[in-house]
Amino acid sequence: MKVTFPHMGNVWVILKTFLAGMGLEVIVPPPCTRRTLEIGVRQAPESACLPLKVNLGNFLEAKSLGADTIVMAGGVGPCRIGYYAQIQREILQDMGCDYEMIVLEPPDVHLSEVWDKLKYLKRRPWRKVLQGFILAWYKACAVDALEQEVMALRPLEAKPGLVDALYRKAILQIDAAGSKRQLRKIVRETVAEMVALPRQREYPILRIGVVGEIYTVLEPMVNLNLEKRLGAMGVEVVRKLFISRWINDNLFKGILPLPSHHAEKLAPPFLNHFVGGHGWESVGDTVAFARQGLDGVIQLAPLTCMPEIVAHSVMPAVQQATGLPVMTIYLDEQTGEAGLQTRLEAFFDMLQWQKGKRTG
Amino acid sequence: MKNKKLRLGLPRALFYYYYAPWWETFWQALGVEVVVSPPTNKEIMDLGVSLAVAEACLPVKIYYGHTAWLAGQVDVLFVPRLVSVEKKSFICPKLMGLPDMLRAAVKPCPPIIDTVINCVRQPQEGLAAAVEDMAGRVGFRGREVQSAREAAQERYLCWLERQQMGRANGATDLTSASAAGAAVSETGKPGLIDSAPAQAGSLKVGLVGHAYLIHDRFLSMDIPAKVKKMGGEITLPENLPPDQIALACRQLPKRLFWTLGQKIMGSVLSLIEQDSIAGIIHLTAFGCGPDSLVGDLAERYARRRGTPFLLLTIDEHTGEAGVNTRLEAFMDMLPRRYSA
Repeated sequence: MKVTFPHMGNVWVILKTFLAGMGLEVIVPPPCTRRTLEIGVRQAPESACLPLKVNLGNFLEAKSLGADTIVMAGGVGPCRIGYYAQIQREILQDMGCDYEMIVLEPPDVHLSEVWDKLKYLKRRPWRKVLQGFILAWYKACAVDALEQEVMALRPLEAKPGLVDALYRKAILQIDAAGSKRQLRKIVRETVAEMVALPRQREYPILRIGVVGEIYTVLEPMVNLNLEKRLGAMGVEVVRKLFISRWINDNLFKGILPLPSHHAEKLAPPFLNHFVGGHGWESVGDTVAFARQGLDGVIQLAPLTCMPEIVAHSVMPAVQQATGLPVMTIYLDEQTGEAGLQTRLEAFFDMLQWQKGKRTG
Repeated sequence: MKNKKLRLGLPRALFYYYYAPWWETFWQALGVEVVVSPPTNKEIMDLGVSLAVAEACLPVKIYYGHTAWLAGQVDVLFVPRLVSVEKKSFICPKLMGLPDMLRAAVKPCPPIIDTVINCVRQPQEGLAAAVEDMAGRVGFRGREVQSAREAAQERYLCWLERQQMGRANGATDLTSASAAGAAVSETGKPGLIDSAPAQAGSLKVGLVGHAYLIHDRFLSMDIPAKVKKMGGEITLPENLPPDQIALACRQLPKRLFWTLGQKIMGSVLSLIEQDSIAGIIHLTAFGCGPDSLVGDLAERYARRRGTPFLLLTIDEHTGEAGVNTRLEAFMDMLPRRYSA
């Protein structure tokens, strides 16, 4: 059994460790590129949301590397992610692409459904599986600690690109690391190197929060390297979506003391109910960013994403109440780099002008 | 409130087409004056399109239009937050956020009764709590709410039954038949579509889609009547027995967690089993989330079965001529395919 999984930013490092810990042979799909998107778009339903299309591209590319089993996450509504696997299975079947699919999702009837799937997958004793899981968790924390540093240091560096080069190198080191101690060392050393890089300014020009649907926020290929683009303009990006926090909130039910969204406290009265996906969190995070005194917020979503459309619809009320400007960007296979860059620059100029007016 | 009759606005869009008899009877039994917005027209659509975000689907935009139309004329708006109407199934995220979306866009906005209707875990308790809450918002409780609920339920079930039979018995729409309130306008009620058998030799065509698209004559551009004129005989999801739909859905490897998606998928699956069905038309709105997956799945099953399948996607820019051409082409193709 050669297992593969869909890409989402750096999540491959974590999933690979976890699945390898179960004793499986893991095939990491080639990194997401425009080609991945194109072959996915060709097969997927036209108005499906973007992650489905890219995932499909991942599967097709991994197939040529010899993968025969897909492990992916699902759900039980109301967001479309819960039915991704079913649609993708039918598409792959119609294409004659033979894959076995194992979907890890909340059980419909009984908890044993999940248990059986894990038992079917595992090739090593439970003790080893647990060790792999814990290592994967530490890797998630390490990746996120680095990401946070990168977002803070990108706007300061004198020569754009150096921070990212160190970051890319560190991700590969994290992937290869086998213990908590090694991970700590990698993070410590990389951060020290990044901090020592020559700077052109001591403070970022602006601080912009990024909220929205998790896939579009975490996958640089579909958001066209939004964070890097903003960093090059001298903007510090702040976000609350990190994979380790997502795991803590959704798999551990928030047991660990990591920062969380607290949408139920922050989003009302603008949005009073959970709406699936990350819609509620987007609104709550925007309110939190306003309180933190950020200069603006960018909301990211795949085109036709239902929860984010709800969040987008109530954003005018949030803007009016908090005075924080929000720009919503929908992404799909048609999104062009030049168009995105223009919108970002316009937003940047507007915020800078407003900030200048405020500080006098 | 007790000396003056409360005017309650009911937008004629979205779930009005599923629950109108229930809602209207319930409020009227409580002595509330129910004001229903007129059937969708160009003015209402333009109003809605201007208020809603561009990325929302057309039915939601239409809902904005109806609400804005009502806003100035009523004391309170009834926009329930429909999370789930049956166990373990949802409607759509947009309907879960609808009251908040309206508050952010419609200015000035009258108070909204945004009772949460959530039957996802315990349907009976969820419904009872919802009924109590929505009546409580305008100061009714206890006995009178119970009897209003019973009256509403009775008429709703009766309406469902008639809808399932089509208009075969020549009954006019129930919404007006027993509606005491004169405020309820007389045209364009749900369940009016004529699915009675046409002349002999006509082709049976399944028309699937959300009721709020098909039964809104402005949005659907009266596709059912058009198909009939071209010699087709329409079968709607509402004409199929619900247990047949549920049974057909069982063949899916994973249970569908959208109530309306299940209706569409189940209808398609049971229609393609019937040899008398010559083809299926799926009417959907651009940007409809559940339909983008369910529709594709339905089309795959129909194609494997060899049943012709036409997907019509509409939005506010859809031109009638284009729809006519596609329908004509489809209807011309069917007899050749069917007789071959």
